[in-house]
Amino acid sequence: MKQKLDRNTIALRVAREFRDGDVVNLGAGIPTLCSNFLPEGRKVWLHSENGVLGYGPLAGPDQQDPNLINAGTQFITSTPGISFFNSADAFNMIRGGHVDITVLGGFQVSEKGDLANWILPGRGSGNVGGAMELVTGAKKVIVAMEHTTRNGEPKLVKECDYLLTGKACVDMIVTDLAVVIVTEEGFLLLETAPGYTPEEVQSVTGAHLNVSEKLKEVQI
Amino acid sequence: MTLAKLRGRARSDKVFVTFAEAVADVQDGATVIIGHFGGPGGMPMLLLRALRDHGARDLTIVGNTAGIGVVFGAKRDALRIDPGVLVENRQVSRAIVSYPIAPGAPQPNPLEEGFKAGDIKIEMNPQGILAERIRAGGAGIAAFWSPVGVGTIVSEDKETRTIEGKEYILEHAIKGDFSLIRAHKADKAGNLIYRGNMRHFNVSAATASRVTVAEVDEIVETGELDPDKIVTPGIYVNRIVCRPKQFRGK
Amino acid sequence: MFRLDREAIALRVAKEFRDGDVVNLGIGIPTLAANYIPEGRTVWFHTENGAVGFGGSPPEGEEDIHMTNAGGGFVTALPGMSIFDTIEAFTIVRGGYLDITVLGAMQVSEKGDLANWLRPGRLIGGIGGAMDIVAGAKRVIAAMEHTDKKGTPKIVRECTSPLTAVGCVDMIITDMAVIEVDKEGLMLVEHAPSLSVEDIKSVTDAPLRVSGELREMEL
Repeated sequence: MKQKLDRNTIALRVAREFRDGDVVNLGAGIPTLCSNFLPEGRKVWLHSENGVLGYGPLAGPDQQDPNLINAGTQFITSTPGISFFNSADAFNMIRGGHVDITVLGGFQVSEKGDLANWILPGRGSGNVGGAMELVTGAKKVIVAMEHTTRNGEPKLVKECDYLLTGKACVDMIVTDLAVVIVTEEGFLLLETAPGYTPEEVQSVTGAHLNVSEKLKEVQI
Repeated sequence: MTLAKLRGRARSDKVFVTFAEAVADVQDGATVIIGHFGGPGGMPMLLLRALRDHGARDLTIVGNTAGIGVVFGAKRDALRIDPGVLVENRQVSRAIVSYPIAPGAPQPNPLEEGFKAGDIKIEMNPQGILAERIRAGGAGIAAFWSPVGVGTIVSEDKETRTIEGKEYILEHAIKGDFSLIRAHKADKAGNLIYRGNMRHFNVSAATASRVTVAEVDEIVETGELDPDKIVTPGIYVNRIVCRPKQFRGK
Repeated sequence: MFRLDREAIALRVAKEFRDGDVVNLGIGIPTLAANYIPEGRTVWFHTENGAVGFGGSPPEGEEDIHMTNAGGGFVTALPGMSIFDTIEAFTIVRGGYLDITVLGAMQVSEKGDLANWLRPGRLIGGIGGAMDIVAGAKRVIAAMEHTDKKGTPKIVRECTSPLTAVGCVDMIITDMAVIEVDKEGLMLVEHAPSLSVEDIKSVTDAPLRVSGELREMEL
């Protein structure tokens, strides 16, 4: 049976990349959902640009504290060991190499790992936010997004034609159709959504996909 | 503890029982940032003693002093250990410092003698710029323009630039292999709080090395420290060692 | 020749402090100025090891090694005191929040150059916070003896000792005089009791203009 991953399942798949003790920053959109799927038995330190480290899943309606939010202004919960600081310190952590993984949304990712995720063509302005610093400083950059735009245009491309967030910064892309890593030879397809063939994924991808010898279905 | 065992430790297992094992993997030639100001306040004394006993040589030490014999701010019963123990033990080949000599010291100290003999290189820094270079190292800033020390020995052989009519010097970041720091309390996740003016160079030193080791008076369970009072978030801290009772608060 | 003692120099220095000033005092004579704050004025003392608003020494037996100033003197907390790290201490300095610094000096030149970190004949010395502080403080006061122990003038045309900073000193307060440094050089504005202009000029190694409002130092 063919089954695209929904937004929650993409987040679940991304969260499997988190190791014990990792410091992880989650961007807006699908990435924030990862906080609800932290792997059991592993302590993951969620970091946010507004100055918090060690927050937990998103807060329910009855536990909302306006002074306990992430950079996406979502209400969050605390976990033991949580600490607070200012944004300058939050970015010192990022640039200083203290953040292990950042998960971001994307408009386009090129086969060289370039990322465009802050402004759409034709728009007068977009939000750079913390993304440029995150892709510069984080040890591993994962992009979580739909495989194509609403109009069906590929978002994995040979060259980004949108304004860049960062050059050659993306390590891994998790979409509703596939898990792809960026290598020196370009995109490498590691996993496909249930029921999808590599050819079907290639047909909605704007650059060549090398297919891993160990290709498998995404385990959900 | 063998080095293999040390390397095999889980990342979140930060509590070390002895000071010796917390510095067991400091290699010859390492750069060690020592969080301290001058006197015994905020000085990681037991870590320094352990590093002396460990014996790693050819070290680059980074810090406000290179050991001035804790002549000031010391109570009579205070421990008297500072970075000077490494210099005296001939473990230091380079010192990046601001205030390496005691005010009014009549005799050259071991650092001055080592410098004279050509065994030790000394790099002098304005104090605040030294702190800022360490912070930059921890914050991923490669270098910055400083207004301090223009026209003095500090500006020799450095790039300069005029910005809005004022002259600045390019100061480079400092990164360490190990930071030895002192704090008051830690939780098991490595979060740190300080007491009195212990923070001085310790807060920036905590961020700037591959391995940061904190010497504290007390270790509590994760979650017991008030998050609003935590100054150093635990992700900067890799190892914590608690002082034995008789040395706590000293 | 009459000379003020160290306490009297400090007393004259303290008259420069205005209400609300943030002040950093160097080691030596400057430290003594904390004892002579003019009545009715609140002065916030700043120290490089990370505090603003500390007070005098604690009674014997109550010293705390984690409550010291940068010179290692034990201090107490005054209401409103705050504690921070050295980064913050120097952000205050370079950011322009420090109103006055008072430092000791080995030499001050007629251009306001200051030399105060390397003693003659020594290979290394302590720069400490002096370079940062004179680069950032709004006013720099050098408080010192007019000559060294051998009688050699410390106020000179050109410093021969390694510099702490170029053209940074605004005012020199010595055991003989108060001198302001301006674009034209040095201006004698006050003399110690019973000293003449000639007395002061005879131990000053740089040209000294005399203010039209020259007066005796008020102590």
